[in-house]
Amino acid sequence: MSSDLDVFVGNTTLIDEEVYRLWLDGHSVAEAVARRLRGGVLEREGTSVAVLQSDTRDHYRTFQMLERLLHAPPRLLQQLLFQIPPERQALLVQRYYAFDEALARELLGKKLSKGTKKELDEVSARTGVGIRSCRRQFDNFKRVFKAVEELRGPLAENIQQLFLLDYAAIVFFANSRFETGKRRLQFLSFADFAACAQSMMGHWSQGALGEPPDPRAPEAAEPDGDLPKSFLQDLKELKVLVADKDLLDQHKSLVCSALRGKISVYNELEANFKALSRALVNVGGKLTHARDVRDFFVDLVEKVIEPCRSDKWSPGDLRLFLTHYTAARHQALWERYMAAITACLLRMYHD
Amino acid sequence: MPGKLKVKIVAGRHLPVMDRASDLTDAFVEVKFGNTTFKTDVYPKSLNPQWNSEWFKFEVDDEELQDEPLQITVLDHDTYSANDAIGKVYIDIDPLLYSEAATVISGWFPIYDTIHGIRGEINVVVKVDLFNDLNRFRQSSCGVKFFCTTSIPKCYRAVIIHGFVEELVVNEDPEYQWIDRIRTPRASNEARQRLISLMSGELQRKIGLKVLEMRGNAVVGYLQCFDLEGESGLVVRAIGTACTLDKLSNTSAFLPACNSPSKEMKEIPFNEDPNPNTYSSGPSTPLKNQTYSFSPSKSYSRQSSSSDTDLSLTPKTGMGSGSAGKEGGPFKTLLRQQTQSALEQRGGSPHRFCRRREFPFFTLTTFPPGFLVHVGGVVSARSVKLLDRIHNPAFVGIMGNTRSYKLLDWNSFNSDEPETRDAWWAEIRQEIKSHAKALGCHAVVGYSESTSICEEVCILSASGTAAVLNPRFLQDGTMEGCLEQRLSWQPGFFSIGSEKGEVDFFPQSQDSSSLLGIEEASPPGCGFCHIPYDELNMPFPAHLTYCYNCRKQKVPDVLFTTIDLPVEAIVVGKGCLIQARLCRLKKKAQAEANATSISNLLPFMEYEVHTQLMNKLKLRGMNALFGLRIQITVGENMLMGLASATGVYLAALPTPGGIQIAGKTPNDATYDQHISHMQKKINDTIAKNKELYEINPPELPEEIIGSPIPEPRQRSRLLRSQSESSDEVTELDLSHGKKDAFVLEIDDTDAMEDVHSLLTDVPPPSGFYSCNTEIMPGINNWTPEIQMFTAVRVSRLSTINPTNQTLNKNFNDLCENLLKSLYFKLRSMVPCCLCHVNFTVALPEDELVQIAVTAVAITYDKNQALQANKAPTEKSQQRASTDNEEQLQFPLELCSDPLSSQPFSPAKEVLEGASSHTGIPAAQRVLKSHSGSWFRAGTSPEIDRCNSWIELIKLKAQTIRRGSIKTTTSLEKASPLAEGYLRHRSVPSCTNSTVSVVKMTPLSFLPGAKITKYLGIINMFFIRETTSLREEGGVSGFLHAFIAEVFAMVRAHVAALGGNAVVSYIMKQCVFMENPNKNQAQCLINVSGDAVIFVRESELEMLPVQPSTAAPQPTSSAGDVTT
Repeated sequence: MSSDLDVFVGNTTLIDEEVYRLWLDGHSVAEAVARRLRGGVLEREGTSVAVLQSDTRDHYRTFQMLERLLHAPPRLLQQLLFQIPPERQALLVQRYYAFDEALARELLGKKLSKGTKKELDEVSARTGVGIRSCRRQFDNFKRVFKAVEELRGPLAENIQQLFLLDYAAIVFFANSRFETGKRRLQFLSFADFAACAQSMMGHWSQGALGEPPDPRAPEAAEPDGDLPKSFLQDLKELKVLVADKDLLDQHKSLVCSALRGKISVYNELEANFKALSRALVNVGGKLTHARDVRDFFVDLVEKVIEPCRSDKWSPGDLRLFLTHYTAARHQALWERYMAAITACLLRMYHD
Repeated sequence: MPGKLKVKIVAGRHLPVMDRASDLTDAFVEVKFGNTTFKTDVYPKSLNPQWNSEWFKFEVDDEELQDEPLQITVLDHDTYSANDAIGKVYIDIDPLLYSEAATVISGWFPIYDTIHGIRGEINVVVKVDLFNDLNRFRQSSCGVKFFCTTSIPKCYRAVIIHGFVEELVVNEDPEYQWIDRIRTPRASNEARQRLISLMSGELQRKIGLKVLEMRGNAVVGYLQCFDLEGESGLVVRAIGTACTLDKLSNTSAFLPACNSPSKEMKEIPFNEDPNPNTYSSGPSTPLKNQTYSFSPSKSYSRQSSSSDTDLSLTPKTGMGSGSAGKEGGPFKTLLRQQTQSALEQRGGSPHRFCRRREFPFFTLTTFPPGFLVHVGGVVSARSVKLLDRIHNPAFVGIMGNTRSYKLLDWNSFNSDEPETRDAWWAEIRQEIKSHAKALGCHAVVGYSESTSICEEVCILSASGTAAVLNPRFLQDGTMEGCLEQRLSWQPGFFSIGSEKGEVDFFPQSQDSSSLLGIEEASPPGCGFCHIPYDELNMPFPAHLTYCYNCRKQKVPDVLFTTIDLPVEAIVVGKGCLIQARLCRLKKKAQAEANATSISNLLPFMEYEVHTQLMNKLKLRGMNALFGLRIQITVGENMLMGLASATGVYLAALPTPGGIQIAGKTPNDATYDQHISHMQKKINDTIAKNKELYEINPPELPEEIIGSPIPEPRQRSRLLRSQSESSDEVTELDLSHGKKDAFVLEIDDTDAMEDVHSLLTDVPPPSGFYSCNTEIMPGINNWTPEIQMFTAVRVSRLSTINPTNQTLNKNFNDLCENLLKSLYFKLRSMVPCCLCHVNFTVALPEDELVQIAVTAVAITYDKNQALQANKAPTEKSQQRASTDNEEQLQFPLELCSDPLSSQPFSPAKEVLEGASSHTGIPAAQRVLKSHSGSWFRAGTSPEIDRCNSWIELIKLKAQTIRRGSIKTTTSLEKASPLAEGYLRHRSVPSCTNSTVSVVKMTPLSFLPGAKITKYLGIINMFFIRETTSLREEGGVSGFLHAFIAEVFAMVRAHVAALGGNAVVSYIMKQCVFMENPNKNQAQCLINVSGDAVIFVRESELEMLPVQPSTAAPQPTSSAGDVTT
């Protein structure tokens, strides 16, 4: 006796979190049933495999119908088809747009193109994330990216409004196309990059200045995903700090006198100061050229983190150094620049 | 020109992309009512158009307002080709036509297309200005309220319950018209939707006219059904119960309530009716009834196989006990005569009335306390008919123009043919009536009608519960005499004869206590169980005993009914859903031969269904069934029977004996062993079930049985005292002696199979209970969480050589698996109860069975009950001891608690109180326990209000005694406040973008909430079709989406009326057809319910804090007047 047709529809749409998880992970109904069986639901509820199959199919159908709405989360709030309590709606969206960090790490900075999508098979194999789930997440990235591409105003807020979640880091990376895949960057996790993106957007983007963007200013017309051009342009002025020998020496003496006796690696600091300083300033100066932007993290790692690490700086040492390094000069632009750099370096300075 | 309909199209959102090139849509809207059409401007290139149209005004008469739906069509403008329809919205404007309901319809409606389903939403505002109608001879019945709810709606009280109203209209089914060969199925489906919308409007208006004629103002328990008879046409029929209702919040109408409306109506000169056609040719006139006009060719198919009454009630075992306890007798006879005369006198009044009231049927399943005096048992009748083309001589016009479906008023055509359908039903109703008479009853309650159609064969079924009713509620005039008479029997009891209108029973369940001055000799907890028929002349063999509650009157050993458990019934333990399932193979045959073979099968099916029910009931250790619904479905090669009911243990009825198995060949040792093994299994099951459903009836100690039971009410002593002593012996005998078991004889393998199948019913998993009635007996602490759902399954019952047994087993498994799956789905709600579980079976094709279930899961709190009970009990005891004088007179009012059996059954308490009684305190003690249990019914926030109700009752009693007419009605003031409060809240919610939550439930109430307003009936019909079945996820995907869409459209309409819930929701039809080869499917769904506004009880508590609520509180005002 086979059930040709078998549906269950509640006035309030039933959402089973476990089945949603399985569906998001890209399992087929049969796989999902098998997994639920292994979870011991049969014993707990004293039911049959047929019941479990029917239940799983029902949920899968619901999710498939919901997926269309999940592509535009605000519509999920307005739609009349499914009556879902707000906290459940939030959960649906959050889970749908949640991503595996391993996958996100792989995709960071890559162009969200068809070519990349074709490589997902490899990515799936590398990260252990199911291919269907990979594709969904990739599509999510792309959807969010596309939706906010043309929008003005703070990126994070735009994404929050459109997708009801925080997705800014990925879009920021996809937009700026930072290199993240090099071998020497492998020790950095997605969370590290996300935190860096957050501090960069927080300190450098237009909205970060704490004043409403002037609509006449050229930046106002730019999407927030890009760093403001004028700011990047200004950064070039900082080069004088390392180019002018007097300024460099003055800077060094200020920092060294402040740190003498307070830092365990004082000698190494003294020896390396100029190299470090040059690296720190030049990273910013290169940001105007899209080509060089890619190397932002590579440069930070290669020219700051690795030397410090080989000299056995402790994170505390680095923090102390950066604090005084920044404090030695009083200039709004400098402080704004160094705030993000400091946050990034401290976040990245681990094994 | 009595009405102006105004429509404004505000905006659209989420429209589909109609222009592939631009990915946009140029949408405009057509607004159509009757023959008039308006259009909005085209809003170019947008998926979220803002039309903000002017007010479109339609000036129409109210007949049209009632019949026509408002049609809103959203289209995509196309310069070069025809405009593409995006979808439609049908809005029933009926709720705007009566004053107390909604005043405006405003909100987002899903735009629906029969092929694509919901395609975006449209925001519409609709208003109606009704001019005062001075024409009394009108064809419209604006102002008559309709309720699907099968009880008196919560914020009304019934002044008079007039009785049965029915009507049907027929038309050709557009799908079966010649024109369908050249037009698309989509066009004909749209035509069908439109037509049915129109027909329901017309039907409702006609029923309304009948109600006005009966001087009522409302129809309760309105049930409208469609018969899709295929080529022979489309029948829309409806039944209901006409009432005169009075809104509780309406203080001014409180006093003269009873008589004024009817008096006013009396002035209407009915004889001068300008359009007698519609009435006079009504087919159910007594005259016509005697000569059923059947064309001779059809007469053979008329073998009506009706379940005999003994089948319906059938305690098959035992014999009627000879000893007759006479004490209740004379009274009962008197009462019966009165009711009879009341019902018959009406028959004697002018011709037109007698036709209406010919059938003393009531579609209600729950009644005001005191209404139901005795219940006889289930009566049902079935009849097999051959469908023939409905004679439909004219007016089948051009499609696409609604007005061209000038509906046939089928009474106005005097040829014999069109009356067939009406005559068929009249015949069946007549049979039901005679069955009821045989049971000594004059009325049928919980009445319903249904059909099952396969090709050209149609089974018409009707069933109900024979009952004796309290005549006082039934009719005006004729009842006065007997009312006075009855009251005179109660010396010392306050008289209410002077103003009959005073009789207010609060319809809330908690208020059931206030049955002022009703009631006869029988105590409320068991009175309805007492047999109405003459035990010396019983219509069927039954095993009678003395009532286990009052020990004064006779009760049957088993009681089957189609109604809900009366609120006052005393129940032991919890109830459970019981189903009997049955398949019978039948040869494929044509026309007459087919009808004959079905007719021949029917009695056997009824018998078997009944036996199954009885066995399963005994297996659960229970003795009564409520909400019994037997559905017989006809298919091409089989018949299916599905009976659902809620089993309970009524304290008034004897403990059921077990089931005993008897083998045919006693000599065979292995066989004997097998038998005894089975016997053991059965006994174990019974014991297990008793534990599961907490059935521990109090063992009555002998001395109590023997000694006179303390009188809770003085007035009935007179009737009882005589025969006490003579009954002692019998009673002792009954309670201990012959608990004779029900014997199942196993004489062949079939019987063996049957016994096996008995044992396959699995009880629900722990934490779950289920019932098909409104409330679950034994659970009273509902929490507000509800989940209404519809589940549909279609299964192939195929086996190579199908036999009745294998089919039965398959069908049984199908139902059991479905239930299991429901329990699994809802496991997160545990502990919960599935209420109003409603199974519908259809046989769409050979070997295909479709089962649709709609029910509601309600959570309850296991722990809260105990805690909540204690405080109020103490409180009430205090109260009871402080004011004794008045209260001593009201034990009756206070003791009719529906849910009091848990955890202390009141019966027990009465007995305890009684056994230790010493003089005066006894009565008080009885009172205490009762009032305690009464409080228990309410959840804790209710307590204070309960107290004030007591106050109010007392107050009322006092004022009545003083002869003062003016009574306070402070209680009613609660509802306008609530409304005002709600309106406050709903204003901002309109502007809010989030969708407001609309609850749906098949029950007439919402747990933990108070319904403050009924906004009107929701009656919707949708067709959905697809030509890309696979792409839409197969049959399951298709139907899943459609049901979700139907829910969404119901919710949207309710929200637009300003409501936040649908109660008494029912899916009356779900006809699914598929053609997998063509990748096509089609489904029709018909749903209905009552749109309401409810307020959470917790919010209600906060209401008095609102600044606008200047009205005095019930308690304080009550106190004022009492002094």
